[in-house]
Amino acid sequence: MSSNVNSVSYTIKVALVLCAMCSIMISGAAVLLKPMQTANQILDRNRNILIAAGMYDPAVNTNADVQSMFERFNARIVDLDTGSYLTDEQLAELGIDPLTYSEAASRNDPALSSALSSDEDTANIRRRVRYATVYSIESAEGAYETLVLPVSGFGLWGIMYGYLAIEGDGNTIRGIGFYDHKETPGLGGEISNPIWQAQWPGKQIFDTAGDVAFELVKGGGQGESQVDALSGATLTSRGVENMIAFWLGQRGFGSFLTNEVKS
Amino acid sequence: MEHYLSLLFTSVFVENMALMLFLGMCTFLAVSKKIETAIGLGIAVVIVQSITMPINNLIFTYLLKDGALSWAGMPDLDLSFLGFLVYIGVIAALVQILELFLDKFVPALYNALGIFLPLITVNCAIMGGALFMVERSYTFSESMVYGVGSGLGWAIAIALMAGIREKLKYSDVPPGLRGLGITFITAGLMSLGFMSFSGLTL
Amino acid sequence: MSEMSKTILIKPIFKENPIALQVLGVCSALAVTTSVQVALVMGISLTMVTAFSNMFISMLRNHMPSSIRMIIQMTIIASLVILVDQLLKAFAYEVSKQLSVFVGLIITNCIVMGRAEAFAMKNPPGLSFLDGLGNGAGYSLILVILGAVRELIGSGSILGITLLPTVADGGWYQPNGLMLLAPSAFFLIGFIIWIIRNRDNSQVERNEFSMASHTVEKGAH
Repeated sequence: MSSNVNSVSYTIKVALVLCAMCSIMISGAAVLLKPMQTANQILDRNRNILIAAGMYDPAVNTNADVQSMFERFNARIVDLDTGSYLTDEQLAELGIDPLTYSEAASRNDPALSSALSSDEDTANIRRRVRYATVYSIESAEGAYETLVLPVSGFGLWGIMYGYLAIEGDGNTIRGIGFYDHKETPGLGGEISNPIWQAQWPGKQIFDTAGDVAFELVKGGGQGESQVDALSGATLTSRGVENMIAFWLGQRGFGSFLTNEVKS
Repeated sequence: MEHYLSLLFTSVFVENMALMLFLGMCTFLAVSKKIETAIGLGIAVVIVQSITMPINNLIFTYLLKDGALSWAGMPDLDLSFLGFLVYIGVIAALVQILELFLDKFVPALYNALGIFLPLITVNCAIMGGALFMVERSYTFSESMVYGVGSGLGWAIAIALMAGIREKLKYSDVPPGLRGLGITFITAGLMSLGFMSFSGLTL
Repeated sequence: MSEMSKTILIKPIFKENPIALQVLGVCSALAVTTSVQVALVMGISLTMVTAFSNMFISMLRNHMPSSIRMIIQMTIIASLVILVDQLLKAFAYEVSKQLSVFVGLIITNCIVMGRAEAFAMKNPPGLSFLDGLGNGAGYSLILVILGAVRELIGSGSILGITLLPTVADGGWYQPNGLMLLAPSAFFLIGFIIWIIRNRDNSQVERNEFSMASHTVEKGAH
């Protein structure tokens, strides 16, 4: 055996057998586990939406609750340029399925997103998707009760991703949740602290003139559009403020809120 | 342009491969005793990183990504799970090719870098770079900049480390800390210094 | 279990710990130790990969053509890592998100490759498997120690269970955020090495350059 181990034909044979065995093993695992992985991703996203809307308590609720609670939400795609929902024909044309559409995946697709110039890009995210998913709960009469909007903005170390939940008037905040950020633990990382987030519900986003008035201020933040800034994390706080201003402004969900919600 | 400059700055300083992300630590600690060797290894990493990153980016975009094979009539195929295997294969193959190429055409450089090249295949800074590139979905041109930047950041870190260690050997370190222990603590202090780059953007 | 296999299993955990003494696999030891849970999952993943790759490589060791030896080892290791990654994404999604790219970096973790070359190529599959388990356990031990220290001091809890109620949650403990940042990991490993080497003097490195004493005895004026 050992005499011909180094022969060319034997080398090729070993390589082929090994490739075959490894590929069967890996593809088998990938195919078998794929449904569970996709389910996990969707469950995770749904849970984050529920957390932002203040409907999920990790101490009480289970994965099964996420499923049943999330069924109350309608997922629809908004064209941020026009501010209205995409019709079924438009969705079919773009090949978008509201339940699986991912803003992250279309961020680098020139057909679905566009680059922002530096004065437009107040949240420092460089590219903005044209279509975004809005999750909403409606009453039996069709009035909006809760809207959950995906938001993102640059903090200190990287882009923070989260969901902002607002009430049916399109102005009052219901809650905020961040599901991915790289902020400094203990300082900027406190954006995911529930105690800090508890200040958000009830705050007004817009002033009477219809401009975004929401801000993070140092030392208190008692006003109706104010939240206490994070101590020791000026840049993160500024990032959060810019993020809200961008996504509720004209390049974000501004025209959607005017067209669809407030009217 | 501005965006690429900012990405370059971030990848060199703010997200320094060695000191902020801890990648390529084994070689970082083992080959940082002399400045010359450290710089040699650093240059080799920059070269390999700047070549492999765009190539891995192309492979990911046109072969592995979900729906990437639509040009071949298979839009539903998602091969991204093969990523690890492919990247390490590309890195190993490229290092080998680079070695042969340098040996044949630039023997002077080969003599200088030759011994470092095999080390680079198992340098996790290279593999980590590829994985970060995929995770952050960089475009082709961004991946080129990121390749150069992350390699350069690693090279700077190891060169600085070697400089400090050359001086450190004259100091009176407690016996248990000698060598490896004090090197870790030095790296910690350097990493503390690099943290001051956080939040800087160009 | 024979005496020999016991030694192979136990020795790398304390006496020849891969991180503290062989300086292998340091990257991930620093990066994924901000909490015990993540450190534990990373440790188990690496242990599994090392044990099985050792076993498979040892089984194939007499059939490996020398020209493609490295690439065979790489393929086996990478396949196992992909398998682990897929399993984590399916069964431990939260943790797999926190580990992000570091699961993939098990491929380039020097422990796996190092044990394959140094042990599995020369020993039978059973012993190689044990050697993989032992080295993985040694790695996991350091990871969990680091994770425990960093999580306790950095966030006042261990495995998510609050031990020191933090000020932010209405308690008394002001968490030391530095512990969750990059530099502290370097410091902690440095100190662990110091402790181990103080207990076991054979590991102390010799000074490359010995200091002359400060005072020089001189003859009478």
